[in-house]
Amino acid sequence: MTLIVPLVALLAIGGFQFISGIAAPPVVEEVTIGYVDKSGGFEGYTQQDKVNLVRFDTQDDATEALVEGDIKEYFVIPPDYISTGVVSRYTLEKQLVAPDDIATAIRNFLLSNLLEGKVPAATVDRVEAPLNLVTTRLTETGDIAPEQGGFGNFIIPVVFSLLLSFSIVFSSTYLLQGLGEEKENRLIEILLSSVSARQLLTGKVFGIGAAGLAQVVVWVISASVLLSLAASTFGGFISIIQLPANFLVLAVVYFILGYLLFAVLSAGIGAISSSSREGQQLIGIFTLPLFIPLWFMSLLMLFPNNPIWVVLTIFPVTAPVEVMIRLGVSDIPAWQLAASIAVLVLSIIGILLLTIRVFRTYLLMYGKRPKFGEIIRSLRSG
Amino acid sequence: MLAAEVNHIFKSYANKAVVNDLSFSVAQGEIFGLIGPNGAGKTTTIRMMMDIIKPDSGDVTMLDEKLSEASKNRLGYLPEERGLYRKLTTIDSIIYLASLKGMDRHSAEEKADELLNQTGMLPHKRKKIEELSQGMGQIIQFIVTIIHDPELVILDEPFAGLDPVNTELVKRMFVDLRNQGKAVILSTHRMNEVEELCDRILMIDNGRTVLYGNLTEIKSRYRSSSVILDFEGELGEVPGVTEKRTHKGYVELVLDGNTTPAQILERLIGTGIVINRFEVATPSLNEIFLKVVGKNHE
Repeated sequence: MTLIVPLVALLAIGGFQFISGIAAPPVVEEVTIGYVDKSGGFEGYTQQDKVNLVRFDTQDDATEALVEGDIKEYFVIPPDYISTGVVSRYTLEKQLVAPDDIATAIRNFLLSNLLEGKVPAATVDRVEAPLNLVTTRLTETGDIAPEQGGFGNFIIPVVFSLLLSFSIVFSSTYLLQGLGEEKENRLIEILLSSVSARQLLTGKVFGIGAAGLAQVVVWVISASVLLSLAASTFGGFISIIQLPANFLVLAVVYFILGYLLFAVLSAGIGAISSSSREGQQLIGIFTLPLFIPLWFMSLLMLFPNNPIWVVLTIFPVTAPVEVMIRLGVSDIPAWQLAASIAVLVLSIIGILLLTIRVFRTYLLMYGKRPKFGEIIRSLRSG
Repeated sequence: MLAAEVNHIFKSYANKAVVNDLSFSVAQGEIFGLIGPNGAGKTTTIRMMMDIIKPDSGDVTMLDEKLSEASKNRLGYLPEERGLYRKLTTIDSIIYLASLKGMDRHSAEEKADELLNQTGMLPHKRKKIEELSQGMGQIIQFIVTIIHDPELVILDEPFAGLDPVNTELVKRMFVDLRNQGKAVILSTHRMNEVEELCDRILMIDNGRTVLYGNLTEIKSRYRSSSVILDFEGELGEVPGVTEKRTHKGYVELVLDGNTTPAQILERLIGTGIVINRFEVATPSLNEIFLKVVGKNHE
């Protein structure tokens, strides 16, 4: 899994280059369509980009040409067009809506003929395409911001938040599964004759965590390398993709904290569960909130300043994924990041202390899960 | 140096005492039996000795020191609830568990080969644990328990799941350990094995000591005042004998309180019967166990 993700991305880039090398560049096909002008005055501008317009005197002629395959479709401009704006389209295809390129060609053909001689040609062009909105993001000092944001900035954090959440879930599930198997196979007591319960817990958490962290570090490093490789290969949209500032550091920090939180939870649940299957069902209750930020991602893009995102940034179970996604949408104030990390660290310490007690008490209990009240009583008694 | 010293340990769960003021010691070079009925507190006692659970009060000294992670490497422990990594091969399982006891891979494999050969398990070295029978798995667990050459070996129900051949094999290995000057603590329900192997015993019931000491002394303490006699001829009234109990192949003569077995032997020779067998009746450990534990549960 660690190397599969970057390898798949690398193969995709290589595959694209290979296919580009052997295949001729795609050619956009020219299309001929017909029209019948019953309104009058629509004679010029019959070449609209790749769409060639052919005039027919009668609708019967146009229909015959359509049936013969000389034209792809035709449209009729009725006598009352100026007052109604209605144009009738005829085609052999099952298409109630005209394709974009055809609709644009007809629109521009009508517009150009209507405005001919009334306004300068440049104005006609502008009327056809009145808006090309270019946004520039400024810093608080009024300078142009190094990161311009937008979809290019958003895509990597979203992909990473997915990978991060899956990595956290897989790592902690792996821990839970291992512990469950050791309980089921009655290995726990043999292990405890060599190491203490605390050593067993920390060994498992850090051992599996190190493997997960190595995975994330490989992904993070390969993301920056592959991104520049993909930008030079694909160009276009890929070239505007940027890694947000602090992204690499925060991805590693939040993986570590997120993993530790779920790992100590998994260890506690593994200790009280009678089997690895039961443990995985229980941990599902806690891993579900990890994905809440992904469910609300579209709302975050529309309303990035809503206070709910601050809550999800600070709430420990949602923080790792929420921070990753928010990095792609907006800047996260330093106090929110500090609060988020502090709450995560305190939660990890608190759950760790509880888990050590539960771990010691219930690790050697086989075959049945203690009741909730029993767990609370044993936590109180220490 | 004592192999283990347990002083007044106490452990309770949900206000019920499971181990109640238990004290005993185990010397080097002896096989020590820890016996008692189900729920007597044997496994809890062993877990406290292994520092797996903490006593509520009292203290445990193992090999002259408080048990630490480092000193755990000087102990071998075969728990009652035991298993192995089913997907690993025999040799990988042994090497991994030996590494937890501080052994390096090379010396672990070397010693594993020696023990696998000794137990006839060498052909199964590369097999996965899940391919082995239950008895074979038990032998591997026993190898894992002693591979690091521990000074004290604690075995909780070691004969469970073993066939007679493997039982004899394991018993020989216990005796070898004792002969090497190591201490062996044996917790089992099988009284005949305890009687055969153990030098001293601790019998517990409801977490308390009911019998503790040298096995021969304990048996002589419970010796009844009767003798076993196998003879040919007519046996009439014998002075000092209050009752004759006929069993298959022998007669048990119950003596009055003032007559010794030696006096009875002298009187029997005087009657002119041919004596094939004469011995002082000694109760088996099983009988003592039933007598002591049965009395506690009446």
